[in-house]
Amino acid sequence: MSDRSLLSPTGVDVVFALLGAVAAASALMVVTTRQIVHAALWLVVSLGAVAGCYLVLTAEFVAWMQVLIYLGAVVVLLLFGMMLTRAPIGPSDDLTGTNRLVAFFASVAVTAVLGVLVVDAFGSTMIDVSGEPSSAAVMGEALFRYWVLPFEALSVLLLSALVGAIALSKPDEGA
Amino acid sequence: MSEVLEAALRLIVVFAAFLTLPLLVGQLEHKVMAHMQSRMGPMYAGGFHGWAQLVADGVKFAQKEEVVPAAADRTVFRLAPALALIPYFVAMVAIPIGPGLVGRDIDAGIFFVLAVMGVGVIGTLMAGWASANKYSLLGAVRQVSQLMAYELPFVLAAASVAMAAGSLGFTDIVDAWEPWWLIWQLPAAVVFFVAGLAELNRPPFDMPVADAEIIFGPYTEYTGLRFALFLLAEYAGIVLLCFLTSVLFLGGWHGPFVDSWVWTFAKAGVLAFVVVWLRVSYPRMRADQLQKLAWQILIPVALAQLLLTGVVTVAW
Repeated sequence: MSDRSLLSPTGVDVVFALLGAVAAASALMVVTTRQIVHAALWLVVSLGAVAGCYLVLTAEFVAWMQVLIYLGAVVVLLLFGMMLTRAPIGPSDDLTGTNRLVAFFASVAVTAVLGVLVVDAFGSTMIDVSGEPSSAAVMGEALFRYWVLPFEALSVLLLSALVGAIALSKPDEGA
Repeated sequence: MSEVLEAALRLIVVFAAFLTLPLLVGQLEHKVMAHMQSRMGPMYAGGFHGWAQLVADGVKFAQKEEVVPAAADRTVFRLAPALALIPYFVAMVAIPIGPGLVGRDIDAGIFFVLAVMGVGVIGTLMAGWASANKYSLLGAVRQVSQLMAYELPFVLAAASVAMAAGSLGFTDIVDAWEPWWLIWQLPAAVVFFVAGLAELNRPPFDMPVADAEIIFGPYTEYTGLRFALFLLAEYAGIVLLCFLTSVLFLGGWHGPFVDSWVWTFAKAGVLAFVVVWLRVSYPRMRADQLQKLAWQILIPVALAQLLLTGVVTVAW
C-alpha cells in the first residue's frame, strides 16, 4: 500500500475524515452550547462518531465497546445525574466558569502533546484496513497475551474506585 | 455489485420483519390478555376476534393531532421517539433466525446487540426531560435507576452462554448448543429473560410508566404518531428479547426432527406469550423490591452461573 497518498483518498479515508469532522464539531458544540442537557446530547453524537471511526478502522469490537460503555452507560449516568439535580429547559447564563482561559490552555496543551505523540509514533505507519474486520478473538489474544499487566493494573484501580464509592456512600456509623 | 444487492435485500427483509413482528406481538397481547381476564374488548372489527382492531388503532394514531407542550424543548421532544425506536431495528439486523438467515453475521454479535439496545434508553431520557412535565421527568429517572440495576445481570447472563460456547457470535453459539444446555444454563436463561423484561419496562417491572402514580412516565405528553412510535419500540423490544433468548439459551433453530427457522419462530412465539402472561399475572413491583431483586438475587445467581460455566468449560 505504498502508492497511497493524501492526494488520492479512498472511500474509507473520506468516511473516516467525515466522521472525524462530526466528532470534532459536536465536541465543540458540547462546550459552547448554552443548554446544559444539549451539551450531554451533543456528547452522544461526538462519542458515536468516534465509534464510527473505530468501525471504519475495522476495529469492530472496540466500536461496540465504545457504544456499550460510553453511550449506554457514561452518557446515561451523566444525564441521570443532571436530571436528579438541575436540568432546566432553555439556555442558562451561568454555565461558563471563571476558569475558561485556564481550561482552554490546558486543552490546547493536551491536544498538542497527544498530537505530537501520535504523529511521532505512528506518523509514517500504513495500516491496511481493506481486509476483514478484526475479530474479538484477535483482540482477546492481544489483550491477554501482551497487555496483561496494564489490564490487571486497571482492574485493581477500578476495584479500589468501587470500594471507595461504597465507603463514601455508606452512612457514618456511630458518628 | 451482487454483494451490495444481497446486503440491501437482507436489510429490506429485516426491516419488513421489524415492522410486522411487533404488531403481531401487540395483537397477541390484546387477545391473550382479553381472554385471560375475561374482558373481550372490541370483537367486531374485521370479523374473527376483532383482528382488524389493531389496524383501526393505527389509523386512529395517524389521525391524531401532533401536540408539543408549550414549555417543551421542541427539537429534543421530536427526536426522542426516533432514538428510542431505531436501536431496536439496528439490533435486529444481527439476530440469526436460521442457518445463514441473518441480516448481517457480526463477529461479536452479543456485544453489538447489547450495546445498541443500551442506546435506546437515551430516547426515553430525552422524552422525559424535554416534555417539561414533572411526571415525565420522574418516569425517566425511574427508568434509568431500573436500567442501571438490571443491565449488569443481563450482560453477565449473556456472558455465561458466550463462555460456554467459546464465541461471541450468535451463529457459533447456536452451532455449539446442545440440548443439555437447557439444564446447566437454566439460571442464566432465567436471569437474562427477567432482566430483559425489566429493561423493557414490561409489567411487573413497569414502575417507570406506572399509570396510577405518574400517568405514563416519560411518554405522558406524547400523542398521535410519536406516541405510537414509543409503543412500537416497546413491542420491538419484546420481539428482540424473545429472539435473543431463544437464540442464546434455547438453541435457536435446533429442534426435534429437523433444524429449521420455524423452531426459532416457535420458541420466540412461546416466549412472547410468556411475556404477556407475566403481565396479567403479577402486580407491579415497588422501587425497593426492584432493586432487591436485581442486586440480591439476579446478580448473585448470574455470578454463580458464570463460575459454574467457567469451571465446566475449563474442566471439560
